[in-house]
Amino acid sequence: MRKVVLKMSVEKGTVGKSAVLVLGCPQVPIQTGIALYLANLLKKKGIKPTIAGNRAARLNAEVSDPDRHYIGEVIDLDRYIDDIAAGKRQFDYHFIFIHNDSGVSYAATVQAITDAPVIVLIYGEHFQEMADSIEFPCEKIAVKAVHNPMPLKNKIDEVLPWVVSNL
Amino acid sequence: MGCIESLKYDIVLRGASFKECREYVRSHCKEYHDVQPGFRIFEKPVIGVPPISVGIDGDVVTFPYTKPCYGTFLMRIEDHDEAENIRSIALKKKK
Repeated sequence: MRKVVLKMSVEKGTVGKSAVLVLGCPQVPIQTGIALYLANLLKKKGIKPTIAGNRAARLNAEVSDPDRHYIGEVIDLDRYIDDIAAGKRQFDYHFIFIHNDSGVSYAATVQAITDAPVIVLIYGEHFQEMADSIEFPCEKIAVKAVHNPMPLKNKIDEVLPWVVSNL
Repeated sequence: MGCIESLKYDIVLRGASFKECREYVRSHCKEYHDVQPGFRIFEKPVIGVPPISVGIDGDVVTFPYTKPCYGTFLMRIEDHDEAENIRSIALKKKK
């Protein structure tokens, strides 16, 4: 009899955990693609992804994944901050997308109001300036990526296994 | 922060960095209080890099207001109850 071995990509320690992907203004083309890619990677590890963003960022994600294969729940950015600040909701990981000063402000806010790990994904033309302006504790994934998602995708592939098994 | 947008406000700085907002408040407002992100102003958690300086001149509150696409605005709103509320909470936290 043939023995069939299924290779499971779900990792033991991460099953049942949750992550929120906090999107910025969708003016940098790679944001939505990377958000869907990261949501899919997290799902494969057994981590439930939620998307938080303003209306335009949410709609970009929803239109790109109409059957919700990747993105899961989608919530308003203000509601996310309200709920975290009031202790009504918790996530095991907070991934903050940053390409401008507002992104840094949101990341600092999340870091101050939650005890869960904050991982910032910094991209866009001014990625170095944004990365240098971050002085609060968090894990940084920073790379110049504006139109081509591959540099950030490759960084995520490299770092995510470490992030989810060590944080 | 729909409720803030429905109030009568003045924009002091537009598209400013969090540092510029902090420096403006500290150098232009008679009284200022440093608060942590998540501190509630007009019922909404304030967004920013700590310490966030909130200015008070009489009943006028000067505070940063961040929008994802437009950056940070430094806004000024006259509201006696909110000014008193910020004063009392910020002073309690200092003690």
